[in-house]
Amino acid sequence: MKIFYSILISLSFLLATVGQAGIEVRKFANPEQEALYDQMMYELRCLVCQNENLAASNAELAQDLRDEVYMMITEKNLGEVEIKDFLVKRYGDFVLYKPPMKKSTVLLWAGPFLLLLLGFIILFFVLRHNRQQPISNLDKRKRAEMKKLLDTDNKEN
Amino acid sequence: MIRYIPLGIFALLVTLLYFGLGNDPRKIPSPLVGKPVPDFNLPQLYDDKKTVKPDDLLGKVWVLNVWASWCVSCRAEHAVLTQFIKDNQLTVLGLNYKDERPDAKAWLAQFGNPYAVIAVDLDGRVGIDWGVYGVPESFIIDKKGIIRYKFTGPIDQKAVVDILKPMVDQLRAEEA
Repeated sequence: MKIFYSILISLSFLLATVGQAGIEVRKFANPEQEALYDQMMYELRCLVCQNENLAASNAELAQDLRDEVYMMITEKNLGEVEIKDFLVKRYGDFVLYKPPMKKSTVLLWAGPFLLLLLGFIILFFVLRHNRQQPISNLDKRKRAEMKKLLDTDNKEN
Repeated sequence: MIRYIPLGIFALLVTLLYFGLGNDPRKIPSPLVGKPVPDFNLPQLYDDKKTVKPDDLLGKVWVLNVWASWCVSCRAEHAVLTQFIKDNQLTVLGLNYKDERPDAKAWLAQFGNPYAVIAVDLDGRVGIDWGVYGVPESFIIDKKGIIRYKFTGPIDQKAVVDILKPMVDQLRAEEA
């Protein structure tokens, strides 16, 4: 039992470090602000290390942007839309991990579905093509025999 | 006919990826192109009692060049930039980004100072307003104070000949 508890406790320490956002220690007036800050850290991209979000990045710019977002939340009391708008105006849509739906990103959003549709179309034609394939190694007599078999089979159903 | 479809898709993908390889993922199009310059009022490097703001340069075509003494690529572009400025009598505002004043001055003393005026952005807040994410960066601004082009990364001779010089000439020909 003792071993079980000690394992459980060590595991809980592991969990505690996994979920941590950013490096700085931040103080918030209320849990909503903290939640918003955490959300922003995960949804905004660091422009220097392009495949990391602000929470994960060690780049100096990411640090500055974390400060900026923190300031916008705690001092200016801005919401999600305003914060994202502020950054998009300066850095473009690239700063968002989830790109917005607009003319230039239509292909990005619709592309997978178009490919799926294309797959179905190809599948349809391949199947139809296979069905129409003539069986060449049958002579006339065998063909008639086969047809008779198929017909009786169909009638039974 | 049908058996060629996968081949066709494959060829399409290869072409797409081939052209994708030629793109530089670090070049992110700036939303600031076509917009008025983000305003600032920053102390100058050589005289911190004096400030400089974008409106001071209104009426002429000018360039804002973001640089720092800690930035290695800035060193790489410095000679090309200096020559470009000299050849075209260009007004360039240097934005000294997140640097220490003594370091910046020492750097200019060593390599030469091609800038008309240098603004000091100590904490990088103005850098954020200008969407700076990788130094050096250069913005070409027209006579009306609109950003018309952004060049990210070190300027080389090819960029000067192909992009920057034609752009400056074009903007200079425009009405103020």
